[in-house]
Amino acid sequence: MIDKILTPDEAVAGVEDGMTIMVGGFLATGSPQILMEALVRKGVKHLTVIGNDGGLDAGQPAGDFAAKTARGIGLLLENHMVDHIIASHVGVNPKLNEQFADGSLRYTLVPQGTLAEKCRAAAYGLGGVLTPVGLGTPMETDKDELGRDKIVMEIDGKKWLYERPITADYAFIRPSLADKYGNYMCSKTTRNFNIVMAGAAKKTIIAPERLVEVGETDPDLWQVAGGLVDVIVEGEKRWQI
Amino acid sequence: MADLKERIARRCAKEFEDGDFINLGIGLPTMVADYLPPDIEVTCHSENGFAGIDDVVTDPADLDVDIINSGGVYVKALPRAKFFDTAEGFGLVRGGHVKATVLGAMEVAENGDLANWIVPGKRVAGMGGAMDLCVGCPQVIITMLHTQKGNHKIKKECTLPLTAEKCVTKIITEMAVMEVTDEGIVVTELHPDFTKEEVQEATGVELIWADDLKPYDED
Repeated sequence: MIDKILTPDEAVAGVEDGMTIMVGGFLATGSPQILMEALVRKGVKHLTVIGNDGGLDAGQPAGDFAAKTARGIGLLLENHMVDHIIASHVGVNPKLNEQFADGSLRYTLVPQGTLAEKCRAAAYGLGGVLTPVGLGTPMETDKDELGRDKIVMEIDGKKWLYERPITADYAFIRPSLADKYGNYMCSKTTRNFNIVMAGAAKKTIIAPERLVEVGETDPDLWQVAGGLVDVIVEGEKRWQI
Repeated sequence: MADLKERIARRCAKEFEDGDFINLGIGLPTMVADYLPPDIEVTCHSENGFAGIDDVVTDPADLDVDIINSGGVYVKALPRAKFFDTAEGFGLVRGGHVKATVLGAMEVAENGDLANWIVPGKRVAGMGGAMDLCVGCPQVIITMLHTQKGNHKIKKECTLPLTAEKCVTKIITEMAVMEVTDEGIVVTELHPDFTKEEVQEATGVELIWADDLKPYDED
């Protein structure tokens, strides 16, 4: 069987300045921390990042369970590695608004459900999706993430917004459990974008919290096919409070 | 102010019945869950990843770092919870399977247009799932203070960029309960602390008073 296992640094070796990456997670829950750390070590700059949000800054969320370090995409923002973020929400991590204000970062907002479908369309060979979400709002009149005009279609008397697939050079994903072929599952609310981003980029890299041998577990567990996974990285830890 | 928000949350909780599947936004809408009648089962959808939100985690012994709500807060899941990825979560929403969403508003127009996500030139947060929820949920219930420091929030037309067109079905404020209809905004309940004239003055459109106008039900 093909060996997909690389170290985190080997896995991100091909990521170059100016590339586009997708990162799973929702406010960093389900984001592959060791891959973000490897990108920081590589020192890559001017990234376009596709994700739900900007992850968390150190000390977030407020309260007893705050993270001691920046998490997920927040780690890339802390290190000024991002030029453009494509997300549904950019209000939580304060690094975002700081960098919008100083002009070093720009954003494209996409409704959360639409962003998921754009990823899914790219992964599963669709020409895009037709959605009613965003009609009559800036989502209809503003340009999309690549500066293209939006298209409204009227089909059988009903209006729809056409949303194109979204793709990237790399997708970075954090399963809870994977086997060495790359089949994986994400526990509870870590599923978020970690399911739809698989196969949506040129290369899909996963950092499972637990890696098992093929056949060691019931195949019925798997949510995503290992055939979508190019690289597996070991060492992702359960998030520690 | 806190009392007024509690009043609105209490009143909103009466909108739901046993078996309902709903989504509560962040802030005042989240408070609605605290006032749901204990004898009914309502399942709350959390767009980040599951249906069946239970209480916020306060005891570290209950903490599961794999379960957050859409505000990023660690929460518990009910035994009937179903976890989902973002595509499934919003499929449930867009497909009309989540009966109601409760959200705040900056502006609501007479025709039900809603603006609640961006003020041009101000700090940007993003729409998150709000556009999907407003388009997809059959009932869009707005819970808010009736005015913004005396300025009208219920208007002929929204001046801010919209979240969704013609989506609002009901507005619950500290003053009144209103339904958005083809004829206009109909007041169905009036709080005894206010007169019809005061509510009208706080509203930017001509209100229609229901024939069977009732006192605001907040006990």
